Amino acid sequence: MTDATEVRSEWPLFEVFLRGKRGLNHVHVGSLHAADAQMALHHARDLYTRRNEGVSIWVIESAHITASSPDEKDPFFAPSGDKVYRHPTFYSIPDTVPHI
Amino acid sequence: MGFDNAYEAITEEVDDHRWAFGTGFVEPLSGIDAALPTGVAGDDVAAYCLMLGDDALIMSHRLQQWLTNAPELEEETALANIALDLLGQARLLFTRAGAADGSGRDEDAYAFLRSEAEFRNVRLVEPVDIDFAGLVVRLLVFSTWRLALLQRLRGTHDPILSAVAGRGVNEVTYHRDYAAQWVVRLGDGTDFSRQRIIAALAVVAPFVDELFVASDIERRLVDVDVAVQPSALRPEVEAVLIEVLGSAGLVWPHGCAANTVAADAPAAAGHDGRHLAELRDAVAELQSVARACPGAVW
Repeated sequence: MTDATEVRSEWPLFEVFLRGKRGLNHVHVGSLHAADAQMALHHARDLYTRRNEGVSIWVIESAHITASSPDEKDPFFAPSGDKVYRHPTFYSIPDTVPHI
Repeated sequence: MGFDNAYEAITEEVDDHRWAFGTGFVEPLSGIDAALPTGVAGDDVAAYCLMLGDDALIMSHRLQQWLTNAPELEEETALANIALDLLGQARLLFTRAGAADGSGRDEDAYAFLRSEAEFRNVRLVEPVDIDFAGLVVRLLVFSTWRLALLQRLRGTHDPILSAVAGRGVNEVTYHRDYAAQWVVRLGDGTDFSRQRIIAALAVVAPFVDELFVASDIERRLVDVDVAVQPSALRPEVEAVLIEVLGSAGLVWPHGCAANTVAADAPAAAGHDGRHLAELRDAVAELQSVARACPGAVW
């Protein structure tokens, strides 16, 4: 190993999102270690699409994800729990429109 | 799949509640006419299938030997996937061999009940890998050569070989990408990793010329448009290797130029059944369970 190169003991963590053949959007399926994003894509292909699951892969380094904190759960989410008027329940939905 | 809009995709009635485990699997070779082309010797086709099948089987076995030894879990799965792809190619080719030579032998008979002298793989797949650099360099040369071969084999007059080749092209394209990515990464990495790649190139180089030499069987099959002319693969293989190594600032050890096909080119050693001593151990390990428990299944 050259002295100038920083040697890390472990590759950084990446999160993997897959879009299935029949899925509309990418879904988080798991995480993996890789040296960079390109290698993470290769690893994601090898780990998460072996059984014909996916047609598209996104990867992002886990450190780049900003997540809501469990401590903030109540102020973040509780206020919407009793506001049923935010749901458009007064529409009649045609039978032919799925996923609503 | 191919839907015009998203609603069609989600309203299509398919019993795939477990879609997370994958859907839309297809049976390989379904609906393909298995008749031999007229005027072609079945024994020759069978022997050619064994060459291609043995290359895949032994390379697959060498890859499998990395399982539990790979440097990272993710790499281990990648190597297992590649090994399984090649094993799948070998199975189809052995089955074709049994049909073409009229013996009716199944894939297991070829894989497990032949002595190593009967194997017809190229010697490139035989050595044990010294390290991970050795593996990825060999995989790069092997998959570059095999991809060039399979691409041309799609045009063969044998319908099964053509189908096997068509299926294999996508698989081996990925194998080549995988290996190339690692060769560049290590070749252009630290001084240590670069030295390991250079050492690996020196190990593999002596077995490359053999890939482009036709055996008698291949010559006969080239004449009837069943086999691929091995020497025709050389320019593409060399161009790819030069490009990949070049991206890592490396060169092929023995002046990989298009004019290296010389009068002293080697005979088709592996395809004629002349092997390295290492093949004996590989075949012994490969066949140990089948020999100890004949006919065992699970």
